[in-house]
Amino acid sequence: MEIFLQFFLSGVTVGAIYALIALGFNIVYNTTSILNLAQGEFVVLGGLFMWLFFQKMELPYYISFFLTLLTAGIFAFLMERLTIKPLLKTGDPLLLILITIAFSILLKGLLMFIFGKDPYGYPPLLEGMPILLGGAVIQKQVLVILAFILLTMIFLYFFFNKTILGKAMKACAFDQVAAQLMGINISRMVMLSFVLSGIFAALAGILITPITFMEYDRGAILTIKAFTASILGGLGSIWGAIAGGFILGIAENLVAGYIHSGLKDAISLVLLLIMLLLKPAGLFQKEEEVRLKKL
Amino acid sequence: MKNFLNPYLGSFFLCSALILIGILSGDPYLMTVLTFAGLNALSALSLSLLMGLAGQISLGHNGFYGLGAYLSAIFFLHLKIPVILSILLSAGIASLFSIFLAIPALRLKGHYLAVATLAFGEIVYLLLNEWGPGGPSGFGNIPRISLGSFVLSSSQAYLILIWSLFFIFFVFSLNLSKSTYGKTLKALHNSEIALKTLGINLFTLKLKIFALSAFITALSGALYAHYVTFLSPATFSVFYSILILMMVMIGGLHNLWGAILGALFITFLPEILRVFKEYDILIYGTILTLGLLFFRKGLVYPFERLIYGSYSGSKKSQ
Repeated sequence: MEIFLQFFLSGVTVGAIYALIALGFNIVYNTTSILNLAQGEFVVLGGLFMWLFFQKMELPYYISFFLTLLTAGIFAFLMERLTIKPLLKTGDPLLLILITIAFSILLKGLLMFIFGKDPYGYPPLLEGMPILLGGAVIQKQVLVILAFILLTMIFLYFFFNKTILGKAMKACAFDQVAAQLMGINISRMVMLSFVLSGIFAALAGILITPITFMEYDRGAILTIKAFTASILGGLGSIWGAIAGGFILGIAENLVAGYIHSGLKDAISLVLLLIMLLLKPAGLFQKEEEVRLKKL
Repeated sequence: MKNFLNPYLGSFFLCSALILIGILSGDPYLMTVLTFAGLNALSALSLSLLMGLAGQISLGHNGFYGLGAYLSAIFFLHLKIPVILSILLSAGIASLFSIFLAIPALRLKGHYLAVATLAFGEIVYLLLNEWGPGGPSGFGNIPRISLGSFVLSSSQAYLILIWSLFFIFFVFSLNLSKSTYGKTLKALHNSEIALKTLGINLFTLKLKIFALSAFITALSGALYAHYVTFLSPATFSVFYSILILMMVMIGGLHNLWGAILGALFITFLPEILRVFKEYDILIYGTILTLGLLFFRKGLVYPFERLIYGSYSGSKKSQ
């Protein structure tokens, strides 16, 4: 039982990370139906710039925190204006996916140019001994991550359901023409969704770097995991992203613990395939809702 | 000049020119890069058939590439099947696996199909990592291609073999796209519902094109195994799929010629960028980004305009 609990809690730790990245992923998908495969690079950017401001320049934690989010926002803004905006008119989803891959390579190159190839880390927000929970160990930073996920969820819920801006962004996903007829500036909404998702990705980076360290080429694998989590929960669904992240993290750790560590990644993919074949809309979305959005 | 525009003659001249450049230069490095470009061109061609012609997305071709390479090597090393047979057999068996892509393709489109195929490629990659000979570090001592006592060993021979095979498959693909079957595939690209109303079995149609595409990619993988003589799973990760997808898109999706141009461009680019040392990833990413932004119809488009005038982009591919 203790062993199970330990696997489970490790799963929660990893799952929380996946969930946070998947959230940002879904914000962009929700507004634009674009898969932003540069998401992982923004996580790396968050971790590395936090190290720069916090460790290298020795700024206070909160100032470095906001400076990092600001940097990520600026990069996301530039990405959207320079690469997405010119191609959005073409409406070719493949081209739009590929341009995000191309940009992610560019960003990776830039990060390597600035920070080199070394892994970086810094002390977590809450220092001290890990907490013992019924014989299993959980790091304090995980609690910080969970708290931030909760805050993010509350923020996103209110943003997308209660504010005009959020509702306008949602409208763009369902029907761009109708949204435009209602006087919504589509281009601005797309830009905003990229900035928001860049900021959330950087937030994930800031939070996980104390646990896992961060180096320039970690982005791609994080993107794939977050992507899997999003699909499991249903692309575009905020609750789904969080649930998908946790399911993925826990399943991975249970398989690694009880069956075989090499199959850790395979289980997520098998889950993904089953999901796609049985219920492509994901666990938490209705088929009709998805059909309304452009696929 | 008119004959030169004929895609059959044109591709013949291009393939011969590439072989000649490689051999006449006598530079082993250039020959290696050209040979890799040929292997990539084969894979890109298979993806171009699948995506450009039939409109189906795949991010799982690394799986076929890996299956082709590993199966062919294992067939020879453990079952002692002659190399040429093992190459064909492995490509054939790998193409049977395309059923795992054709089934999702029946229900899924766009992003979702991309993800399902990506999952297939990743699973193959993980299995190779876990149960492939040598595990993550791979294995060597794979024999060169041989027929009886004649062993294909020089790099010139591989350059000739691979680009000749590419030429054969290119001609085959050109003919395919002109055939009734090719036109049915184009219809699949444009409207599945229309095809259904005409009573066409979508499953066998999709299965066939996935199997063909998988066969060509697996063949390319098997040739890779016997050319490099060393395999490790890292070569067959999802990044290979993204790489050939990039070739097809940069080259031009609507035209089979895009596969050659894209493969040459994407294979040579990192080699040329070596001179920039640490900056290479940055410059590589910038060039890809700019390429997708400013050559939306692919590198092939300026040539099409040059040859056919400004109105026609599709004439050559039809």
